[in-house]
Amino acid sequence: MEYVNPLTGFRVDGRRPNEMRQLKGEVGVVARADGSALFEMGNTRVIAAVYGPREVQNKGQQVNSKDALVRCEYRMADFSTGDRRRKPKGDRRSTEISLVIRQTMEASILTHLMPRSQIDIFVQVLQADGGTRAACINAATLALADAGIPMRDIVTSCSAGYLCSTPLLDLNYIEDSAGGPDVTVGFLTKMDKVTLLQMDAKLPMDTFETVMDLAIEGCKAIANYIREVLLENTRRLECQRG
Amino acid sequence: MLQSKTFVKKTRAGRVQKVVREHYLRDDISCGAASCSTCGAVEHPLSADAAAILVVDTNVVLHQIDLLENPAIDDVVLLSVVLDEVKNKNLAVFNRIKALCSNKARRFFVFTNEHHRDTYVKEMVGESPNDRNDRAIRVATRWYQSHLGENVKVLLITNDRDNKRKAIEEGINAETVESYVRSLAQPGLLDLVVVSTSGDVTMEDVEDLRPSKKKVIYSEHKPMSEITAGLRCGIYHQGKLRVNRYNPFEAYVGSESIGDEIVIHGRSNMNRAFDGDIVAVELLPQDQWHESKSFIADDDEDDEEDVHLAPNSADDAPRKANPTQSTAASSADSVSSRPVGRVVGIIKRNWNSYCGSLEPMPMPAGSGGVAHALFVSKDRRIPKIRIQTRQLGNLLDKRIIVAVDSWDVLSRYPSGHYVVLIENDINTRPFSTQVLACLPPLPWTLSPEDLANPNRQDLRHVRVFSVDPPGCRDIDDALHCTPLPNGNFEVGVHIADVTNFVHPGTPLDEEASQRGTSVYLVGQRIDMLPKPLTEDVCSLRADVERLAFSVIWEMTPHADIISTRYTKSVIKSCAAMSYVEAQARMDDSRLVDPLTVDLRNLNSLAKIMRHRRCERGALTLASAEVKFEIDSETHDPLDIGIYQIREANQMIEEFMLAANISVAEKILKHFPLCSLLRRHPSPTKEMLEPLLRTASSVGLNLDVSSSKALAESLDNAKNDDPYFNKLIRILATRCMTQAVYFCSGDLTFSEYYHYGLAASLYTHFTSPIRRYADVIVHRLLAAALEIAKLPPLFQDGPQLTGVADNLNYRHRNAQMASRASVELHTLIYFRTRPMDTEARIVKIKANGFIVFVPKFGIEGPIYLTPKGDKGGDWVVDEVHQRVTKPGTNVSYAVLQTVMIHMEVVEPQPHRPKLQLTLI
Repeated sequence: MEYVNPLTGFRVDGRRPNEMRQLKGEVGVVARADGSALFEMGNTRVIAAVYGPREVQNKGQQVNSKDALVRCEYRMADFSTGDRRRKPKGDRRSTEISLVIRQTMEASILTHLMPRSQIDIFVQVLQADGGTRAACINAATLALADAGIPMRDIVTSCSAGYLCSTPLLDLNYIEDSAGGPDVTVGFLTKMDKVTLLQMDAKLPMDTFETVMDLAIEGCKAIANYIREVLLENTRRLECQRG
Repeated sequence: MLQSKTFVKKTRAGRVQKVVREHYLRDDISCGAASCSTCGAVEHPLSADAAAILVVDTNVVLHQIDLLENPAIDDVVLLSVVLDEVKNKNLAVFNRIKALCSNKARRFFVFTNEHHRDTYVKEMVGESPNDRNDRAIRVATRWYQSHLGENVKVLLITNDRDNKRKAIEEGINAETVESYVRSLAQPGLLDLVVVSTSGDVTMEDVEDLRPSKKKVIYSEHKPMSEITAGLRCGIYHQGKLRVNRYNPFEAYVGSESIGDEIVIHGRSNMNRAFDGDIVAVELLPQDQWHESKSFIADDDEDDEEDVHLAPNSADDAPRKANPTQSTAASSADSVSSRPVGRVVGIIKRNWNSYCGSLEPMPMPAGSGGVAHALFVSKDRRIPKIRIQTRQLGNLLDKRIIVAVDSWDVLSRYPSGHYVVLIENDINTRPFSTQVLACLPPLPWTLSPEDLANPNRQDLRHVRVFSVDPPGCRDIDDALHCTPLPNGNFEVGVHIADVTNFVHPGTPLDEEASQRGTSVYLVGQRIDMLPKPLTEDVCSLRADVERLAFSVIWEMTPHADIISTRYTKSVIKSCAAMSYVEAQARMDDSRLVDPLTVDLRNLNSLAKIMRHRRCERGALTLASAEVKFEIDSETHDPLDIGIYQIREANQMIEEFMLAANISVAEKILKHFPLCSLLRRHPSPTKEMLEPLLRTASSVGLNLDVSSSKALAESLDNAKNDDPYFNKLIRILATRCMTQAVYFCSGDLTFSEYYHYGLAASLYTHFTSPIRRYADVIVHRLLAAALEIAKLPPLFQDGPQLTGVADNLNYRHRNAQMASRASVELHTLIYFRTRPMDTEARIVKIKANGFIVFVPKFGIEGPIYLTPKGDKGGDWVVDEVHQRVTKPGTNVSYAVLQTVMIHMEVVEPQPHRPKLQLTLI
């Protein structure tokens, strides 16, 4: 299949190879949580809720008392894909993604400021259309910021792939299931550091670099957007206080 | 940038599922017109001074592609909605239109109307997809008109009356293809216009013209919905229709649902299906199953078999339904005959262009007018095609290519239109200027940079030589053999370094990849690469410095390989010998010069290697290759004979095989997923069935359990007849399929096996000048040696598979072409020289047998009974492969020698054939 039209250069959904899907972020969508956010990348829609920092519930899980314990749970809603199916809790895929998100977030949270406490991040995919991993990280960032948890920098994430000899930014479901490589990058924009890099395919080194650079560009764009959302939110809060 | 979303529902087979996809609408899509100032695009395919900008609809593209390809039609806008529809309906046409759009010389522009903010059209309630697409085309046309202003005329070309009417109502300029072409005032163009017969403006005229002829000949095809329903509940069977090459009134449909081939007799049961169409077939009631040949007499054409070249493998051999079997079965009144069916619908058409000539007819009175003519294809499987032309005088007695357009129930023959005129010769396209621009500056000489390259070893001091057929200009392999102080030999195979000149991604590379292989015709060659490369720069000629890619082994005198080394190199061949020369040198015991000693050493190594290979079970197969001596002036063949194989040929072959195997190992080790290899599938029991039957009838038992067993029993197949063994080998070869290229990631290791060579791995490395596969392998090897980077092609599995498939296809085509060329020359040769000769019976049939003429490598039927008289008084003995006349002791058995008379007759004009008669 042609994922990039060779005559016009457009992708299946009308984007150019280096274009992202439409982004939408909203803060404070779950009232009971300490911080929450809804994040959309095109048709991929993810909700994140953060509880904490709070006292460690299960002392056995605490590794050391100097740092906060970060926990993460990723789940896909039963209705998130085309065919409604009960998704088992704790299957391989969601365990892996939970771990990935936890590690990525842990790297940017200033855990040493909150000893003997735990932070719970719950992310749920409401609608899946490719790039759920990246969307979850972005949503978690927004929710953490909403909860007021101190962080080194805004972590953002974006995927990029390589199909029809073209690097493509932000793959949707059709492109994702094409069988090509899928590079997901987590990035700290201000510090210019990569905190997550995943790819389960083979790609020649030089191509890989261009694909990764593209994903990083995507992360930067998302960071700009997230910053805007947070600023907007702060402005709103300011108005409310008067 | 404006983005908005729409939602598209889609149901998948089986379950109904709602699929939601994003659809971005944009405002930055350029219109592609040079006269437009607002879009600000860099490229303007549509010229500013165009008389009109044409917007074509889907049916125009589908049916008038030949017209669109004509350079007179330009400044065409293709909407993405049109391209999508074309792609879904006919991939072949889509590829042609795609090539047109990417051709820089043509002014075709693709406008992504579906993603443009102003031209996107949402489906209305109750509107069919077709109507929606028509509306989208009209909206886009109107947008073009308003976007470009009144100075530019935008014209919608459509043959759909309804669409045209609506367009004019909406204030769009619209015309039919015919009226537009008429307005161009180029009479030749009108012939390219397909006159469609359904729902068209011209329909009424046609019906008025010949009301008396209106007779339904074929039954109506069932609608698609009924076919799919029928397929699902098992009433109909789906499969590809293959017409018998010998008898165009008989066809087979391989059906998976019943696991057998369904036989279809007669044109009316075939119901307008062409060879290669995917059809839906309904089985006839079982009592009609064995009326095997009665339909043939219905039609006016003859159903004889042609004399043709002996096939070299099972793929070449025409498919035969084994009429012996079916007639025998029917006389015995058993139900074992195969299912018989009739076509009820055509799921996918395989209409192509066909080559042939017009049936001779008197010139109509007014020569300027439209004439109807019947076209007779060269391929007998294709029915006659009715065409309309305004230049009849021009086309008569010429080879032309005709495309099929339609075939309705009222007409005995399909209708079509002529595409290209081929005069006398095959159309061998010269290389384009873009391709030639990629050549290195000529005359090419070895540059100091090449020598300084650390990856390139200087082997100019080594005594390298080449051995090839006489008169060979494209020498792509050379050898050397140096004794080492420790008693071993250093043997090198040097292959022309084509990839040094053909770089991936260049037009030259793409052209070569398309051509896939050089085609060798009698006295002529159609090159894969341009001549300067083929015959000069790459050719490893004697006494010039050339770049090579070398495989160098250290071998013991017992031909054990101790080490293998691969390197790019510079060589200077000291002699370019022919096989005869090399053989003469080796045989002449007085010669003791170094070159001859090298040859002898190589030969003794080759003999050991050959022996070892045969022990492993490699098959020594035989094919009858024919050689012509051509008159240099008239190009008529002077003499023909079987190509003789010498020891020298076998010696070269042995080292080439060894080099190929060594390279295959190396590239597979480095690139297990994307290597291009060659495999030869083991023949199945069924494929070997005819061979076993023939063998057992002459009292020979063949063991076919493995290639080794077969090789041994073939070796033992001897009797007092000197030609017997070769004949059996030829028959064995014919049962095999052909070896094919494949991408190593697609198959498992056990499937890599090359049956014929008994090698677990094989590839093609040694002829990069004439085969593109070798070029790919050269690149892989270079990448494996880390000399060069792996081109992007290899990172894309499906794409590499596609290349491999194309190579297989081209390879087969090339073989067909050379066979056709040999057949043609055989015909020319026998035209003036009817002769009597000896022939061997290879197959017994109901009313005669097939003979093979060893001297000329041709094969053809001999009839025992006069035409039309089926079976007659001859009795076929299936088990002993023998046909006897009851009451007499006249009988013919398989492999028996007979004397025949060969003569060229011409029962139909432009279709001369060789007739064989028994003396």
